[in-house]
Amino acid sequence: MAEQKVVAATGNTVVAEAMRQCRPDVVAAYPITPQTTIVEEFAAFVAKGRVHTEYVTVESEHSAMSACIGASAAGARVMTATSSQGLALMWEELHIASGMRLPIVMANANRALSAPINIHCDHSDVMGARDAGWIMLFAETAQEAYDNTIMAVRIAEDPDVLLPVMSCLDGFITTHSIDRISLLDDETVAAFVGERKADWALLDVERPVTHGAFAGLGGPYPAFKKAERDAIERSRAVIARVGEEYARISGRPFGMLETWGMEDAEVAIVVIGSTAGNVRHVARSLREAGSKVGVVKVRCFRPFPYAELAKTLSGVKAVAVMDRAESFGAEGGPLFLETRSALYDAAERPAVVGYVYGLGGSDVKLDLVESVYGDLADIASGSPVPAGPVYLGAR
Amino acid sequence: MKWDVSRINEWTSEEFPLGAVIPEAGNSDDYVTGGWRSQRPERDDAKCTQCLLCWIVCPDSAIRVENEKVTTFDLAHCKGCGVCANECPVGAITMVPEGCDLPEVK
Repeated sequence: MAEQKVVAATGNTVVAEAMRQCRPDVVAAYPITPQTTIVEEFAAFVAKGRVHTEYVTVESEHSAMSACIGASAAGARVMTATSSQGLALMWEELHIASGMRLPIVMANANRALSAPINIHCDHSDVMGARDAGWIMLFAETAQEAYDNTIMAVRIAEDPDVLLPVMSCLDGFITTHSIDRISLLDDETVAAFVGERKADWALLDVERPVTHGAFAGLGGPYPAFKKAERDAIERSRAVIARVGEEYARISGRPFGMLETWGMEDAEVAIVVIGSTAGNVRHVARSLREAGSKVGVVKVRCFRPFPYAELAKTLSGVKAVAVMDRAESFGAEGGPLFLETRSALYDAAERPAVVGYVYGLGGSDVKLDLVESVYGDLADIASGSPVPAGPVYLGAR
Repeated sequence: MKWDVSRINEWTSEEFPLGAVIPEAGNSDDYVTGGWRSQRPERDDAKCTQCLLCWIVCPDSAIRVENEKVTTFDLAHCKGCGVCANECPVGAITMVPEGCDLPEVK
């Protein structure tokens, strides 16, 4: 295991630090709350000569992603960061990045979408981008945001994958709170991520190519989309392999799921992002009081860990899925829909109830989590499953 | 070279380089993109001073120049936007209604 330095820093600071250590050739970004300090601190690294990156200040997130796509097609290692409306403004480019198979790495500071205007944390921005062909990693803590940024480079640039990766951290909660974080040294990270080797670089004048060409009716467009699906399926094995390698240098294992108390759990909460800490805290005290409760934290939303989730939930009587995003008109939020889908083929299906919580940064207090475990205990002992989604903390 | 671009229309998706890259430059010339034009430019050779401003401003590179002189319009790619006619300082280019016959690719 490599030597590590322990610091007190915010999630955004260590994401900027991880970006510097991954030595991108190009960063094109536009500042947006609560992502701003990532690109501010990265710009300072460039200004001080601490990283030799072409830092492109653009006039919008639409241009930021466009510049990233051009630079990545040219053969560069490219990173950026965004949030909320900025991610929404990138929407059409998100599909171009994945369709052109460009391994761009982007941090997203999860934040609510308007209207009403709101700058605080929820997952409505990232969940809106969930079908754009990007691999999506979620951090619970600033430490995970740092680790995910470094692993994202390796996953994205793996020859079996070559897809863009979004590394998500909860706006203001993970991005701005100061946390205790272990940092790897520059040489270790540089050796771990290696150099990007692009097969078809636009700047290779000896071998001119066309990127992003037209594939119309009767052409191979559907087959290219199938190839993208095959690549994101192959990324499962790559994510596991990169996670194992990273654990060897950092001592911190990475799986698509992280479970707590699931060995003999009778009820469980499935959650994503920073709320997992609160859920685990409540679960720990309930365990001490004798309740067999478990926690499943989903760390990789795309590709979604269907098999792993079905396996860990197989012996459970009732499951609550906590969504920090809406999917209006559906039976629950995106995580709920995926979890129920994961369980469809299971021999014994637990009751599944969906909760929508924490929209627009509204507080997720411990009593809210306790009430969810209380509902689960009732359902496990025969109470009907409420029609979802159940709103938590809405007044 | 592994990729024979002259056969590109027969390629399956597996035959393309990753990301639908075409291992050749400048192939947009092969697509007819002037099909939705409603007006086309006509040039009066007597008025034209061969200043080449039309060639500079054409957004589709649809003005053919040989030996530093404008020769004709590439109607397979001209969208009929009229920028050339608008910018011509001597009024040598006029936009006329397009007929129904589309040009062949060169």
